[in-house]
Amino acid sequence: MEGIKSETEDKLKMDGIKKELRNPSKATHQDYFGKAISYICITLVGCLVLSILYFITTRGVATFTENHVNLWAFLSGTNWNPGMLDSHGQPEVGALPMIVTSFCVTVLAALVATPFALGVALFMTEISPQKGTRFLQPVIELLVGIPSVVYGFIGLSVIVPLIRHAFGGTGFGILAGTIVLFVMVLPTITSLSIDSIRSVPMYYRSASLALGATRWQTIHKVVLRAATPGILTAIIFGMARAFGEALAVQMVIGNATLMPHGLLTPSSTLTSQLTTGIGNTTMGTLPNNALWSLALILLLMSLVFNVLVRFIGKRGSMKNEFKSCK
Amino acid sequence: MNSKAANNVATGVIYLLVTAVVGILIFLLGYILITGVPHVSIHFITSAAESFRAGGGIRDQLFNSLYLLVLTLIISFPIALGSGIYLSEYAPHNWFTGLIRTAIEVLSSLPSVVVGLFGYLLFVIKFNLGFSILAGAIALTFFNLPLLTRSIEESLEDVPNLQREAGLSLGLSRWKTITGIVFPAALPGILTGIILSAGRVFGEAAALIYTAGQSAPTVSYTNWNPFSAASFLNPMRPAETLAVHIWKVNTEGVTPDALQISSGASAVLIVVILLFNLAARFLGNWAFKKMTAAK
Amino acid sequence: MQTYSFDQKHIIHIPTEKALTTENLQVFYGDNHAMHDASLEFPRYRITALIGASGSGKSTYLRCLNRMNDAIATVKGKIIYRDTNINSKKINVYEVRKHISMVFQRPNPFAKSIRENITFALRRNGIKDKQELAYRVENSLKSAALWDEVKDDLDKSALALSGGQQQRLCIARCVAMKPDILLLDEPASALDPISTAKIEETLKELRKSYTIIIVTHNMQQASRIADYTAFFHMGHVLEYDKTEKIFTNPQIKATEDYISGNFG
Repeated sequence: MEGIKSETEDKLKMDGIKKELRNPSKATHQDYFGKAISYICITLVGCLVLSILYFITTRGVATFTENHVNLWAFLSGTNWNPGMLDSHGQPEVGALPMIVTSFCVTVLAALVATPFALGVALFMTEISPQKGTRFLQPVIELLVGIPSVVYGFIGLSVIVPLIRHAFGGTGFGILAGTIVLFVMVLPTITSLSIDSIRSVPMYYRSASLALGATRWQTIHKVVLRAATPGILTAIIFGMARAFGEALAVQMVIGNATLMPHGLLTPSSTLTSQLTTGIGNTTMGTLPNNALWSLALILLLMSLVFNVLVRFIGKRGSMKNEFKSCK
Repeated sequence: MNSKAANNVATGVIYLLVTAVVGILIFLLGYILITGVPHVSIHFITSAAESFRAGGGIRDQLFNSLYLLVLTLIISFPIALGSGIYLSEYAPHNWFTGLIRTAIEVLSSLPSVVVGLFGYLLFVIKFNLGFSILAGAIALTFFNLPLLTRSIEESLEDVPNLQREAGLSLGLSRWKTITGIVFPAALPGILTGIILSAGRVFGEAAALIYTAGQSAPTVSYTNWNPFSAASFLNPMRPAETLAVHIWKVNTEGVTPDALQISSGASAVLIVVILLFNLAARFLGNWAFKKMTAAK
Repeated sequence: MQTYSFDQKHIIHIPTEKALTTENLQVFYGDNHAMHDASLEFPRYRITALIGASGSGKSTYLRCLNRMNDAIATVKGKIIYRDTNINSKKINVYEVRKHISMVFQRPNPFAKSIRENITFALRRNGIKDKQELAYRVENSLKSAALWDEVKDDLDKSALALSGGQQQRLCIARCVAMKPDILLLDEPASALDPISTAKIEETLKELRKSYTIIIVTHNMQQASRIADYTAFFHMGHVLEYDKTEKIFTNPQIKATEDYISGNFG
């Protein structure tokens, strides 16, 4: 009797399990729910990026579509005075001074910062990894942590007077901007260079040292060679940061929309012109539209930097693959 | 020059460069603290700013910075967490994931002034929010999202796959495995990421000057009704933050003691950010220890 | 390595009650055909060992049995559990894994307390009653022979336990779910001999109420604990029989060579 009872119980239990195996349970629904949430979040981020691109682009091209400014005149003109008309009755929206200044400070800052960044990176990876990481890692993190307005403030209260005393003039200008940006891009270039140098396999170094090369020869001929794509990427990221930096530069560049005649004359970058101007113009008017066109240039340049990084990344990895094939 | 000499020279140059960088940092911190700290007093921190007279404080700006920070984290953390979970746990290897990763990279490399202008265009102008804390918090969210997402993704990926398999093999859903096992295990890393991003948000100004605005209207700190215009909690009021304040007093130059105010405010800003950095380190270690060690 | 014919096989059928059966199970990692035609029957309340050299496909096969390969491989063929083919898209994998649980090669306790390690999955499956939870914690830890060592530290982090203790906690965690079948993927390979011995003792005890399938590369271990043994070679099951027959009188040349240490 008991045997039969437990058998039927077993049978019932088995049917229950069979049913459970075939039907969705709470866990299935939880998973749909979780997946849905994470998809929603990621789609939100995607849409955000698309809408930034869309809105800045539509506003940025208005100068050319609504106000019929010639694109070439915009890019090559040297007079920026959007409220005025020039002798041909065209609005004076020559963005070249800002474009040139932006590129000047960016390239100069990256040029100055790279040796320092490489020095720190090599110290931390090749010369004294333990001490280096212990003391220099916090140094880099602190440099990243200092807000850009503080950099701007120090530039304004220390660098600009210093330049004024040393070279005369107002002190404002590309030189001051370069010095401020140099410190700001330094941690970016350094930390990315460190990553790239660290990823050079140890046996490259061992092989070179075993052949009797000195440490510097190893660093110079082997490590830096192998890490070049990564270091280039680091420099480009640094340049992207410098190109897009607004307030720190705006505080020391002088904000004169003139073609720069040297490192010491006040001038204006794309970002500084934007921050100074956007609040003083009315939405939808030409002076305002022209500023949005500057923003569009910034956006496009940031995309260009992105593409460059990808391009270098691809070429770098292709070269490595080729090497390993051989 | 033989190779040995070259080696020595190069090593010397590297030491020189490192010393220079350390020197720069010491100078920066030293300058801010030495010029700034003497101006920091209870009065400075607790009184309102003055536009045309000397002796103004930074009470409202400091509060605005903190309030914006909290709002920004409240908005950006859930989105970043969801996105981080997607990228680390669900993302299939296909074009959509590739596109999303590119989008996040683009967003993280956009100049913050462009992000700020987008916020200005969309929220201040199109949605007619005006210069407001809310618009500022949303702009800062845009600015904060890519980095926070990436740091959350990395923290989640650092959790060994064995943990996921353990959860799944017990019949838990993937979602429960993620929320109940992977997320807690990644918490130390996520906490560190949040606090570091908080430091960045706290010091950001370019994204705010045209979203949260450049004025700090007098608010009542006793009015706890967030819908009242005079309340300090009202998210629809314009709010100048500490970082924006430093920028403004320096560029407008109408405040007589601009230098003193900026150095004092910079010192406060730096100290708060240093605290964030220390807190990130400490809290991360603490959470990790608490998780692994015997209670 | 000598090449062996895959045509010669010696695979017995189980006369007693079967807990799990696979029919023509095949596994593909992309284009890589990792497992060919594995057809095996696993007897209820017995320990079956899967042996073979590394890369022979034994772990791959084991992971198919509770669908842990879903995300990484394509699995063809049938896995019959309770008259149901559980290797089907329509099957609720979460339910499968409640009945067929797995212990992994490396101990993987959750970063939680010992108690929570066991109660976590139980709570999520709707067991909220405190007494029931406490009862299950104690029972499962006892059956994994861990109770005496940890009963005073149930709220300690599981990560503070030794490797062997962690692995027994993982076994307890599975046992607490009261599954039908326990799959173990080289559970002792990362452990010292003493811990290994304890795990083996535990498994022999568990055999009374669970069907156990264990992957091992340790032949002594298989001969010590398993009732049946299957020999895997290069993605094929070549021989399946009672353990003593496999180890004393193997029918297939490859098996003989493997157990006498001529390869692998």
